[in-house]
Amino acid sequence: MKMIVGKGSCGIAAGANKVSDSAEQYIKDNNLDIDVSVTGCIGMCYLEPIVDFIRDDGTKTTYVLVNAENIKEIIDSELKGETLTKYEMPEVDKQRLEKQTRIALRNCGVINPEHIEEYIAKGGYKAIEKCVTEMTPEEVIEEIKVSGLAGRGGAGFPTWFKWNAARSAQGTKKYTICNADEGDPGAFMDRAVLEGDPHAVLEGMLIGAYAMGSDEGVIYVRAEYPLAIVRLNIAIKQAEEKGFLGDNIFGSNFSFRIRIKAGAGAFVCGEETALIASLEGERGMPRLKPPFPANKGYWQKPSNINNVETYANVAWIILNGGKAFSAMGTPNSKGTKVFALTGKIKKGGLVEIPMGATVKDVIFDIGGGIKEDRAFKAVQMGGPSGGCIPADLVDTLIDYKTLAATGAIMGSGGMVVMDETTCMVDMARFFLDFTCKESCGKCIHCRLGTKRMLEILTRITDGEGKDGDIELLESLALNIKSSALCGLGQTAPNPVLTTIRYFRNEYEDHIYKKKCTAHQCKNLVSYTIDADKCKGCTLCARNCPVGAISGTVKNPHVIDTDKCIKCGKCLSSCNFGAVIVD
Amino acid sequence: MSSCCNCAQASAEALQKAGIDVTLLQPTLDKYGAVEGSLITILQNAQEIYGYLPIELLNYIAIKTGNKPAKVLGVATFYAQFRLQPVGKYLIMLCQGTACHVNGSEAIETAICEELGVKEGETTPDGLFTLNNVACLGCCSLSPVMMINGETYGSLTPAKAKSIIADLRAKEAEGK
Repeated sequence: MKMIVGKGSCGIAAGANKVSDSAEQYIKDNNLDIDVSVTGCIGMCYLEPIVDFIRDDGTKTTYVLVNAENIKEIIDSELKGETLTKYEMPEVDKQRLEKQTRIALRNCGVINPEHIEEYIAKGGYKAIEKCVTEMTPEEVIEEIKVSGLAGRGGAGFPTWFKWNAARSAQGTKKYTICNADEGDPGAFMDRAVLEGDPHAVLEGMLIGAYAMGSDEGVIYVRAEYPLAIVRLNIAIKQAEEKGFLGDNIFGSNFSFRIRIKAGAGAFVCGEETALIASLEGERGMPRLKPPFPANKGYWQKPSNINNVETYANVAWIILNGGKAFSAMGTPNSKGTKVFALTGKIKKGGLVEIPMGATVKDVIFDIGGGIKEDRAFKAVQMGGPSGGCIPADLVDTLIDYKTLAATGAIMGSGGMVVMDETTCMVDMARFFLDFTCKESCGKCIHCRLGTKRMLEILTRITDGEGKDGDIELLESLALNIKSSALCGLGQTAPNPVLTTIRYFRNEYEDHIYKKKCTAHQCKNLVSYTIDADKCKGCTLCARNCPVGAISGTVKNPHVIDTDKCIKCGKCLSSCNFGAVIVD
Repeated sequence: MSSCCNCAQASAEALQKAGIDVTLLQPTLDKYGAVEGSLITILQNAQEIYGYLPIELLNYIAIKTGNKPAKVLGVATFYAQFRLQPVGKYLIMLCQGTACHVNGSEAIETAICEELGVKEGETTPDGLFTLNNVACLGCCSLSPVMMINGETYGSLTPAKAKSIIADLRAKEAEGK
């Protein structure tokens, strides 16, 4: 019997190591015949830690929310050949997996990412073998062109076009670079792929390198993803031992090596020219294009940069044909896309679906709807570079063009769900705070403009908004968009513009009525006690850190609004719903 | 090496005064010192060894790699990963990503600040804890999240965050 523990970063954060330690000890103490193995993230983070048992007859049972104690109970039951149904994955969650189409995530949560044999058993490295032994580089590029694969990192540029440009560029030394600097706060699909199926990324890079005539690859990975770096290093070593990386791959003239470079924490390094500067050991500041990296990139040599998820699709396309990939999706967006579903969502995690599904399908059908069944307000797509899609546009198709028409973007696939308790002005302020801190400082409009916009937004959420602030924000936004050099600055105002477009009333409430309807902006809410509901239990008065609540036992209490610091402790401690926030 | 002997000597004295043992960095310099484009890697290794990047060390790295000190400082201050000040024994990295923000990371920060008596970016006087806000730890489904010395704590509430810190503090007190 085999036991497989899901050990992506989120599985480990939820306690997967404690589960496997406890299980291994139990197996050793009782001398049981069970192999313990690990796998990556299956994408159902809300059910972690997840453990699979595969019995000798091949039947598989998945247990969820496992802990160090109940794992022993599960082992006992499995050894008797019985499924312990109370810990088994519920039917509705199994269906949630079946509704997805997994290409980039095909092996995540299925294979052991630290064993190359398991990747090979799933058809791994067959695609590069086919390329090298049966296809010319031009044919490889043609197949990618037929597939319609576009960059999954955010910009959505056709992959074949970049490969072809790098292939056509002058020079014998060319670099194949993987952008694994996943910086969007709220997206983690690249991390899941790197941790769960690192060989798929290596194989995608190999195929790209063969097509472009490149012999050296670099993966630029976030330093915040230590587990991804560990698993990539293991994968590279194993691929070298098997001869998939190195000289004369599959007996051909094609040679290729890959090394890892750890990023040091700068969102702007997701921009390709900034990434190249960082690879060269410099401050990661973008430069003007052209020349494009395809002609002058890393060390001034032709370089191609693709995102992790883009590379993870490539081997599948070669094996199944470009047509199979382009059969999925809409006229201008092909294949599948992975989304990281987070925020006020019941079943958060990673979801891979064909292009052309609706936003509603993802949030309600697969994500299970909004936490605590509150009202859905909006979803932020594309992180700090994207925008929000309000509830009444929830039927929008997942497609590069239709998403862009709403003011949001496909981006790297972050989907942060917001409900009625989320203040949209505060969200805009949050994103501007992020882009302002991450601006590299090269362009004045981005460096100073984001700062000024942040100041205005902070003023509005502090209750000091003025007439004309909305118009000033719009004018600053358009100036930054039109004059910034790189994608960071060009897109930084998007969260502000989309929240103004769809939630202008909230801005006006903050500025003119001094009200935050979501009750998030401290300076714009007030706490009072409903005398009819208050039982005089004194709990709120005892919890108030500043002594702002007065009253005697069994008599209604009163909050002194001058002393109140609006910490909300009275609200959370009241058992009678007597504290009113307005 | 582009340095003059005066600089090198001044640097050596400053290092000695600051109590920095540069021999620990020698293997890194041997491996990457002459490789173009390796400054970030060298700084990462140095931080791994010393816990932070003291200014005397940045000067030393500049001399050893043939870079101008201003360039080394420029790179060290550009990236969020590098610290120019020492940190406490426990480095609390509190996630302020979008999902954590939506799920109340601000209240967690307030609670931790209350518990520690320091502000974000500061270290407690006993040198035990440093609180740093970070952009995104990538554990969005467990938000709000914090990471303390590599261990991730998810689904935080203000009370839970306080008790985690209190437990660590109690563990330290026992150890002494």
